[in-house]
Amino acid sequence: MNKNLTWKLAIIVVTLLVFVYGIFGIPQSFTGQGLLAAMTNRIHLGLDLRGGTHLILQVQVNDAVNVDAQNAVETLKEQLNKRKIAFADISQPDVQNNPDRVVVKGVPPESRKDLLDIASDRLSEYNVNSGPDNTWVLTMKAQNLTDLKNKAVSQAIETIRARIDALGVSEPTIQEHGLGQYQILVQLPGVDDPERVKTIMQSTAMLEIKQVLGGPYPSEQAALQDKGGILPADAILLPGHTAPGSASDEQAVYLLSRVSAVRGKDLRDAQASTDQNGQPDVNFQLTNEGGQRFYSFTSQHVGERLAVVLDNKVQEVANIHEAIRDTGQISGGSMNQQQAKDLSMILRSGALPAGIIYLNESVVGASLGTDSIRAGVRAAVVGMLAVLIFMLVYYRAAGINADLALILNLIILLGFMGYFEAVLTLPGIAGVILTVGMGVDSNVLIFERIREELRNGKTPPSAVDQGFGHAWITIVDTHVTTIVSAAILFIFGTGPVKGFAVTLIFGLAANLFTAVFVSRVIFDWILSRKQRGEALSI
Amino acid sequence: MEFFRNTNIDFLGKKWYFLAFSLVFSVAGLFSMLFWHHIPYGVDFRGGTLVYVKFSHPPDDNALRAAMDHAGLHNAKIQSYGLPSDNEELIDLDVRETSEKALDQGKTQIINTLEANAPAGKKDLNNSSLLDIKNYLMDKDPMHLGSDADQKYTQQAQAIVDTRDKAHGGVLSSFDQLKGPVDAGVVASLPDTFFLSDFGVRNVEIVGPQVGAQLRKQALLATTYSLAGMLIYLGFRFEWIYGVAAVVTVFHDTLITVGAFSLLNQDISLTVIAAILTLIGYSNNDTIVVFDRIRENIKLMRREKLSEIVNRSINQTLSRTILTAGLTFLTVLALYLFGGEVLHGFSLALVIGILIGTYSSIAIAAPILVAYQDWRIEKGKRPVAVPR
Repeated sequence: MNKNLTWKLAIIVVTLLVFVYGIFGIPQSFTGQGLLAAMTNRIHLGLDLRGGTHLILQVQVNDAVNVDAQNAVETLKEQLNKRKIAFADISQPDVQNNPDRVVVKGVPPESRKDLLDIASDRLSEYNVNSGPDNTWVLTMKAQNLTDLKNKAVSQAIETIRARIDALGVSEPTIQEHGLGQYQILVQLPGVDDPERVKTIMQSTAMLEIKQVLGGPYPSEQAALQDKGGILPADAILLPGHTAPGSASDEQAVYLLSRVSAVRGKDLRDAQASTDQNGQPDVNFQLTNEGGQRFYSFTSQHVGERLAVVLDNKVQEVANIHEAIRDTGQISGGSMNQQQAKDLSMILRSGALPAGIIYLNESVVGASLGTDSIRAGVRAAVVGMLAVLIFMLVYYRAAGINADLALILNLIILLGFMGYFEAVLTLPGIAGVILTVGMGVDSNVLIFERIREELRNGKTPPSAVDQGFGHAWITIVDTHVTTIVSAAILFIFGTGPVKGFAVTLIFGLAANLFTAVFVSRVIFDWILSRKQRGEALSI
Repeated sequence: MEFFRNTNIDFLGKKWYFLAFSLVFSVAGLFSMLFWHHIPYGVDFRGGTLVYVKFSHPPDDNALRAAMDHAGLHNAKIQSYGLPSDNEELIDLDVRETSEKALDQGKTQIINTLEANAPAGKKDLNNSSLLDIKNYLMDKDPMHLGSDADQKYTQQAQAIVDTRDKAHGGVLSSFDQLKGPVDAGVVASLPDTFFLSDFGVRNVEIVGPQVGAQLRKQALLATTYSLAGMLIYLGFRFEWIYGVAAVVTVFHDTLITVGAFSLLNQDISLTVIAAILTLIGYSNNDTIVVFDRIRENIKLMRREKLSEIVNRSINQTLSRTILTAGLTFLTVLALYLFGGEVLHGFSLALVIGILIGTYSSIAIAAPILVAYQDWRIEKGKRPVAVPR
């Protein structure tokens, strides 16, 4: 054997070892079970094979914009009052579609400079334009708007991750869903009953403590009537129960202060516990800053009532007997222990900056996953055996060559997946099977060309040389076209389909090495052992 | 062993037959897409709710339909799924109009309908999650464990779920089936709290209208980019007319494959699009093999007419074309026959696509090339058939 060939063989053996390590790592034991465990440790199964839940969430980023604009409205009112400038009305005319648009009406023309000063001092993220009839329109600057929305998404991801981690779901995927706008992809392996997780993720958990100005009223109309038909500018109506904290479910409406004394971000901790009647409830503690605000609020309003509001629903109404510094409780009446635990966990994880809705939900039961693995493996074994046997029958000794190259092709493909921690999905298994079918095409192209050259009277070494030489260009072209469309599929695809694209790309890339380089080395080795003029079995 | 040795078939002479064959299939497919079944979008593209249910006995479609109708799900499509012995049903709610706020309403309704006969106050073990079962065990403590109950009961719950899902396909028909892998005390305690319904939910897919529209747009974009990618690459590697011929051919393959899905009224899902994109890449392979040989032969046979060269090239590469396509077809067929119901649409697209793709690389791509040269010669220009 010449030196060149020895080197090439060494390269092949090293490649084989490297990729076998990629598949199995160092297995605990060398039994079938041990090897399988070692393999699934490195090549992870996709949701469609192991069972689990796949969700796409839409973050309603306009919620976050709306909050910011509401603050802007409050700031404007406060500053204008402070400078004793008259104004008729400050509002957001189109909360639904353009929540960042704030319209100021009735500011006298001579106070124009003051208004612009306030805006540039306190609301630098807004553009100010003058409109008709002495109105001023504030809209958020494009860059700030995008930043705010993106921040809402990344905050939502953080909050959801904290909640899912607290639930103890193993290996969850929580990331921005690149295909949509402001969407989040959540994958929960092993969760096949996602109701509880979904409720927990979706809860905005916006906790506020507000002053009670009136109520409970049986309906909104009754509340308005009590206030002479007009809702005071600094008040809002929120739903709740007649006797919050009890199991009664009679609906009622409360009139509350618009400004909150305490907000979700003032929360330091929340724990589930039980009240004096043995009912589950949630106790919470406030941060230093929040506690101080709460203290000044409660000391100013002794004898009045406060409401604990969660996600715009009144949960608790209590009389203020004395100034309170930093604790409070929520007892939702019919809340059971599990719900109390969940609520405290949600409060601890913080509020979502914006509401979320579910766009897509797909749940694969573990039983279907098991069946899919079985079917996929069966198809792979049948397809692979059919190809291997055909090559042996059709090309005889050269068939062994092709079969060896094909098996090495598979080992490299699985090894790649092990190294890159790729996820094997059911379409991914299909990709493995297709790699076998398409990979063997390269061998056929080469072998047919060698046969043709032999027919034209070339000697075996020269026929092999010509065969590989001519087929090489064709093989590169065919592989590039297939890899290009697989790459496009990878970019546009989601979940299982991405897994298919990955296996196909890895498989065909490896095929260039095995079908051309490895197969050539085997031919050279066979030729080096043959006498001059001896025929080639192909 | 060798097939197709020294064939000498006049493929170009039969181009009108090929054209007629392709036209019939394309037009039939187009007709079905426009006027008959339209494009049968899968749930991922059209939005809606799919619930796959496995029963412990052969289900009665009509009774199911009546039950769904009774529950107010009037447009529920119910069809059996997979092999008859699998006892599987696919319940399909077309809820395009439903607001996204109540995305899983349909699923809840279906499960409630199926559980209509449940004994009061008992939970369905066939549709209980691991967590539910574990919580029950922790609560009830049938093994009278003191310490490390959490770990033991997690194991027991896992054993129950594994026995149900992995050994019995997701539906238990009797509590006795749990005996063995699960502690006898646990099994004995289960019937007090749980009952066994006659079904288990295997798979749920809910797609809101927004995601559906988004995916439709992306599938179309991906297909277009893929075709453009082929055009650019082949134009760069050969002459531009080779690229055009190859892309027209692949477009023809795509059209006929999608048309076949419409004719068969088979849902086009995301995985079917994946198969079609793969075909766009793969169908070119045979075309490239023929084109490569044409390019080679043009240099060798300068005197011959192009149609003669093309015919010769096709014949010379015929065994290659048939063998490579045949071997890939073999693996795809294995996938179609043994790969299970989930991959059915995917492997069907590949089965159809590989057959059409092989045919078209001979019957469509090469004639386009020749027709273009003839047209140039007719206009008195030199043929551009001599590439790099």
